[in-house]
Amino acid sequence: MITKIKDKTQVKVITGNGAAAIAAKLVRPDVVAAYPITPQTEIIEQISKFHATGEMDCELITVEGENSAMNVVMAASLAGGRVFTATSSWGLVFMYDAVLATAGARAPVVMVNVNRETPGIIAVSSGQQDMICTRDAGWIFLIAEDCQEIMDLVIQAYRLAEDYEIQLPVMVHYDGFYLSYLSEGVDIPFQEDVDNFFLVLKDQPERTKLVPGGKLGCGSHGILGGYLELRYKHMAAMERSKDKFDLIDKEYEKIFGRSYGGQVEEYKMEDAHVVLVGSGSMCGTIKTVIDKKRDVGIKVGLLKIRMYRPFPSEIMVKALKGKKAIGVVDRSLSFGFKGGPIYMELKAFETQLGGSEMISFIDGIANTDITTANVGLMIDTLCDLAAGKDVREVTWVCYPEANEPDLPKNGRAVK
Amino acid sequence: MSEVRFHGRGGQGVVTTSKILANAFVRTGQFGASFPMFGFERRGAPVTAFARFSSSPVREKTQIYNPDILVILDPSQKNSPAVFEGLLPGAMMLLNDSELKGNVFHKNLRKLAIIDASKIAGEEIGVSIPNTVIVGAFAKMSGLLQIEPCCDALQDFFSGKKLAANLICVDRGFKEVKIFDL
Repeated sequence: MITKIKDKTQVKVITGNGAAAIAAKLVRPDVVAAYPITPQTEIIEQISKFHATGEMDCELITVEGENSAMNVVMAASLAGGRVFTATSSWGLVFMYDAVLATAGARAPVVMVNVNRETPGIIAVSSGQQDMICTRDAGWIFLIAEDCQEIMDLVIQAYRLAEDYEIQLPVMVHYDGFYLSYLSEGVDIPFQEDVDNFFLVLKDQPERTKLVPGGKLGCGSHGILGGYLELRYKHMAAMERSKDKFDLIDKEYEKIFGRSYGGQVEEYKMEDAHVVLVGSGSMCGTIKTVIDKKRDVGIKVGLLKIRMYRPFPSEIMVKALKGKKAIGVVDRSLSFGFKGGPIYMELKAFETQLGGSEMISFIDGIANTDITTANVGLMIDTLCDLAAGKDVREVTWVCYPEANEPDLPKNGRAVK
Repeated sequence: MSEVRFHGRGGQGVVTTSKILANAFVRTGQFGASFPMFGFERRGAPVTAFARFSSSPVREKTQIYNPDILVILDPSQKNSPAVFEGLLPGAMMLLNDSELKGNVFHKNLRKLAIIDASKIAGEEIGVSIPNTVIVGAFAKMSGLLQIEPCCDALQDFFSGKKLAANLICVDRGFKEVKIFDL
């Protein structure tokens, strides 16, 4: 992240959830509809407070469940409103049909999803499985590393969602517990600056709206040609969102003095021989370990995924090309693949990487902590790989038992 | 960087203690980050919280395994091995206890501070939630903070009569904590 010194700031110590709630207030939504769920509850509590004290002039609809929440914000969005909602894990699952319908209707809904496990084993624990389970719902997915980035991403998400050339729903993800409850200093943007940041949307053509009595249908049926056209256009808008997001990041820097790099953030990548690819709160920890490893001469860098859908393959290939060894850290699973889901996706571009070798690390599942020791182990493994030693293709860092019993079958030695 | 681990139970204000201290640090121009770890929110269930205080930005998002400061809000955990796990040599410990005696020992403990925070809180705010007394005692014991930023931080958490009563708690915590060099 690049931070410029500004004339005036207002730093407050708030949680990740608090940052999301304040960001939701700053974007001046017309309608908020949400249902509380751990670890997202605090967002809804704070928005309710803002609403009760008159700080937020929106329609707040306290629905009876997440499915209604998504249907309400989709409808309000199609009627031309700016909308906000937030959920997590099982809540996301419970609104899944409406999540798909919102994407299909191209409604520019912005939703925060506080990442939590969803495997059916009832658990209140961090993990990105909820994000992975919905990755191809047709939403743009953004992922935050810390409380400041949550604040900045929620604001940026509206510029992306409501852009006339995009018109897609955006989900802002951040790790439950490790970020949702993390209290740290956050520079809270001034209302006037946020209003200015959104001015450009007013210069764009108005998006199609549902009007009472008007003869217009939204979310209508499409078969064959009509369906194909809508799907193709959806895909094309997704592709456009990549460059658009980079642009929005630059414009954000002009007003707020913070830039993260757009689709990805590169940390000490330039001269790196080995690279970790990660997303979310783990990236802060990875950066501190990288600094320590560099002190003893190990050239290691981090490629942080900030935009996960659409998958930023072009920019990732560009950043990773020619690196000796790449390790992807996944906080979720994909059945039928031994490696993690993001690892498998990046693997599809392996032939474009100019001979880089890739391995997968599974860590942080079921609230396990991606510790500095774990990250150190990952970097050491990457160095071994770069030095031509045999290493496992897939390492369960958080559950070594998964690595031991049938190593030859489970873990293919890369060399 | 100081790494602090808090041990207590749901309802004692463990999370709020760590938040107020992070808030106070940020007010001094330094950096603070804190987070709790628990499953469902339940009164009486053991709660652990973590805080990092530093002169440079805190980027780690991990739990704390090797604290140099322990803060124990629940006296029943004062001799629990889990509390001392990973404690670094030269560490200090702040304990909320009605027995104001330095009868807690661990080979890595250099300083022990004890205050009957629950009792003071009962006297000043009418409920035995020890957290704001602990904030004042922490400032005194650790020497990392003056009392002023702690009092300023309280304004983000309380207002009116509650603020006034809790400010007295911070002050009494600062003044009445007993410190033992071990």
